[in-house]
Amino acid sequence: MRFLIFMKIKINGEEKQIADGLSLNGLLESLQIRPGQVVVERNRDIVPRESFGSIALAEGDVLEIVHFVGGG
Amino acid sequence: MEDFFELAGTKYRSRLIVGTGKYKDFTETKRAIEVSGAEIVTVAVRRVNITDPNKENLLDYLDPKRYTILPNTAGCYNADDAVRTCRLAREAGVGKMVKLEVIGDDRTLFPDVPATLDAAKILVKEGFVVLPYITDDPITAQKLEDIGCAAVMPLAAPIGSGLGIRNPYNIRIILEHAKVPVIVDAGVGTASDAAVAMEMGCAGVLMNTAIASAKDPILMAEAMRQGVEAGRKAYLAGRIPKKLYATASSPLDGILN
Repeated sequence: MRFLIFMKIKINGEEKQIADGLSLNGLLESLQIRPGQVVVERNRDIVPRESFGSIALAEGDVLEIVHFVGGG
Repeated sequence: MEDFFELAGTKYRSRLIVGTGKYKDFTETKRAIEVSGAEIVTVAVRRVNITDPNKENLLDYLDPKRYTILPNTAGCYNADDAVRTCRLAREAGVGKMVKLEVIGDDRTLFPDVPATLDAAKILVKEGFVVLPYITDDPITAQKLEDIGCAAVMPLAAPIGSGLGIRNPYNIRIILEHAKVPVIVDAGVGTASDAAVAMEMGCAGVLMNTAIASAKDPILMAEAMRQGVEAGRKAYLAGRIPKKLYATASSPLDGILN
């Protein structure tokens, strides 16, 4: 039996501890980010928005969460 | 007279493309864009601040149904990063048109031309509608057109410099040969600069700083709209040739003596 309650992942370059087995949707909710307004890359692969709910994050994942900002 | 700006199969009324950076807030961004009459607006792709996720989102102020959102690759210094940024932008669901800029150096912000060509090849192959920012070099413009870019966007002057068109002769050569729209991108300082680009026959002008950093951005947005419109009309009207000596405007017959 494993008693890993938290796992370490990297979000936008920052190390974070999150609950084991958290889905991507769950993570976004905990960060108060509206899923419809961001694009997520997980370990360099883009995650389709419709998979946000079914993706279970794993120890060591590297996430990039991006959105549009003002720019020329 | 109906005059449309056709880009990648879509017809636009406005030939002014505006950026959304450097405004004091989203309300000012929205207002300036409305007044500019622009239908295509550029945006950048950046990390969300996860420690303080801004509840306000740029797209809350710019309805993607009303505006064509043109994501850029600003801040990318190599082809891989630019391609990665475009793929992320496409996933946001605002279409497949991208403003490709691969920057070569942070002092001039001039493009890295070989890297721009490399990125354009990949992006065109992946189905993107690519609008590349380039130096005012006719050879590069031709190569990008051959690769399949939907337009070419030579700079007037360095980004944010406000110097206006530094090399009108190169822009003229690009215009003579291009079969895709030529959009002057970057370096415009004031309305006359935009008018000059349009008078030369450019299909459009793209700007950000000239409006956003003006003392009164809303008024400058209006001036830029009018500058672009005036320049376009002058181009269509066909200007008189430049001559060294005078030609009287009033009749020479019937002068009192």
